Amino acid sequence: MSAELRQDEILLATHNLSVSVNGAPILHGVDLAVRPGEIHVLMGPNGAGKSTLGFALMGNPHYEVTEGRIDFNGEDITGLSTDKRARAGMFLSFQNPLEVPGISLGSFIRNALHQQTGQPVKLLAFKKQLAEAMALLSMDESYADRDLNVGFSGGEKKKAEILQLLMLRPKFAILDETDSGLDVDAVRTVSRGVEAYQQQVGGALLIITHSTRILEALHVDVTHVLVKGRLVATGGEELVEEINSQGFERYLG
Amino acid sequence: MSDVSQNRTKPSVENCNAVPDIDRSVYDIRDEEHESDFYRLEEGLTEETVRRVSEEKNDPDWMREFRLKCLDIYNRTETPPWGPDISGLDMDHISSYVRSKSEMKGSWEEVPEDIKNTFERLGIPQAERESLAGVGAQYDSELVYHNVRREVAEAGVVYTDLESALRGEYAEMIRSHFMHLVPPTDHKFAALHGAVWSGGSFVYVPKGVKLDIPLQSYFRLNAAGAGQFEHTLIIVEEGADLHFIEGCSAPKYNVANLHAGCVELYVGRGARLRYSTIENWSKNMYNLNTKRATVAEDGIMEWVSGSFGSHTSYLYPMTILKGNRSRMEFTGITFAGKGQNLDTGAKVVHIGEQTSSLISTKSIVKSGGIGTYRSSVVIQPSARRARSSVSCDSLMLDAQSRSDTIPGMDIRTSDADVGHEAKIGRISDEAVFYLMSRGLSEEDAKAMIVSGFADPVSKELPLEYAVEMNNLIKLEMSGNG
Repeated sequence: MSAELRQDEILLATHNLSVSVNGAPILHGVDLAVRPGEIHVLMGPNGAGKSTLGFALMGNPHYEVTEGRIDFNGEDITGLSTDKRARAGMFLSFQNPLEVPGISLGSFIRNALHQQTGQPVKLLAFKKQLAEAMALLSMDESYADRDLNVGFSGGEKKKAEILQLLMLRPKFAILDETDSGLDVDAVRTVSRGVEAYQQQVGGALLIITHSTRILEALHVDVTHVLVKGRLVATGGEELVEEINSQGFERYLG
Repeated sequence: MSDVSQNRTKPSVENCNAVPDIDRSVYDIRDEEHESDFYRLEEGLTEETVRRVSEEKNDPDWMREFRLKCLDIYNRTETPPWGPDISGLDMDHISSYVRSKSEMKGSWEEVPEDIKNTFERLGIPQAERESLAGVGAQYDSELVYHNVRREVAEAGVVYTDLESALRGEYAEMIRSHFMHLVPPTDHKFAALHGAVWSGGSFVYVPKGVKLDIPLQSYFRLNAAGAGQFEHTLIIVEEGADLHFIEGCSAPKYNVANLHAGCVELYVGRGARLRYSTIENWSKNMYNLNTKRATVAEDGIMEWVSGSFGSHTSYLYPMTILKGNRSRMEFTGITFAGKGQNLDTGAKVVHIGEQTSSLISTKSIVKSGGIGTYRSSVVIQPSARRARSSVSCDSLMLDAQSRSDTIPGMDIRTSDADVGHEAKIGRISDEAVFYLMSRGLSEEDAKAMIVSGFADPVSKELPLEYAVEMNNLIKLEMSGNG
């Protein structure tokens, strides 16, 4: 991939992006521009297509780009497979992380790091880093040896996603409702993890959320409102406040 | 803005599951047979051939008579009317006996160079140096190498080839056990085995002796158009403990090869025997193998079985739980790829009271392969309060492949506790996408899911075999065809 971008360049951009699932159009002409280190928030009522945007950005083959283009780090990635997008520095924290029996969380992360960097991952340094990240997320260390997400509670699954975010250090991460279904303490923990990612890696974020709790400790740069597959409003941090108090009503209809 | 065409998307969903075939190159390196170095019996099966095998092997009289009786049974018995098609197997074109003209060696250095190279490539006997109590290596019809650690031999453990055992101190013991558990009347290929068997191992573990490291036999069929008919006879006396490992492989030829081995296991009172197999025959092999164990009071029989190779397999290791409170556990995995029809499973007969059996199998099919799980659980009237639990999981990697489950149960008591569970699934696209979103290639993501599916079995295998199994899975899933 190309060299580091300057702060004022665009890291991720969608141009007139339209996406269909099983032939049904979901997203219509979405334009996004995310600069390195920026935090963008994507809000919208249920069924607006927020998760679809996340999956399409990450290249899920079931989400077909029917029009438009996705650029990352100055390159057109519209036709790139998911693993190559990940290696280029993209990450998606899943709303419903998948359970994969037979591989432990720890060795999965190590394997993924190896795939992404192409370098062998030194075990001791890795273990130390992993333990630190798990401590930050108040995750019991035993989770590293448990099968990936198998039998994890909803909260532990989300923490495991943020753990991967911290360990894989992507340039750009999409958090798809990472805070949904979590209790107050768990949201605070996850939010602490996201903050640490920002501080340690300085990566950009697209946070898909219904609530504002996860955003409390973060500085939001841009807020987008997605309704029926179209971006209907874009603003700053104040837009989050507005939706928080008034809902989406003025954007519907 | 942009003028991206409609078709410019990601890899298509339909092609996700097309997985090319295995690179078997390590196994496929075959050694040229130099005519002068090998003795090979002409193809086909007649009284004359059987007499010749017997002569070659310098059998005692009773064994020669036994072979001829088996041939007679073979000729009168029909091939099984069920199971995968074996009409491609023509006994008139199978040579039943091929051996190197060198004698069996007790030291690795003395084994002929080309044979040694084959085993070295397969990682034998490096394994021995590290973690085994003894190793036997069979090449075509005869053992070429046999060695046991001194302390193991000093404990009274016998691990030798069956031929020498037939002429030595244990001759009577062999006569009273050989093909008593698997009689030649059992089925046509048991009779064939009785007629032309050659090679294999005899293991005797005396009362109370517990081996904490395993014994291993490795079988290699190198000759084209040949059969391998090794016989393994293991007797574990009261309170003794043994782990025996068996590995098999062969290079691929365009003509059919046949493996009709026979394994007979006698587990004494309170004894424990664990029998692990990784079978990776080449895909021109007909694997018609018979394995059977009988277990005395409080004895434990454990099977771990991985079937990856062969063109066609019939394999159902059977356990007879004769003694009260005897137990068996069977853990198996079968991977059927292109052109393979693997019919595998397990059988158990409960005779003693409070006997218990636990059968758990995994089956993976891809590229048109057929995997059939076939089992039989029999609980006889005498087996009061018997318990049996059977579970089988199948993973289908594409729509061209086929997976069947045929569980049989025959329960003759009213107080048995019996359970059966079967699941058939596919690799979920979402799981593949999830793993790929972390940077794994599609191939690696799928291999990871398949290895994960097989994990409960790999956990049961000795480490180097678990590694080999994972390598086989990776090879099967990779594009190195």
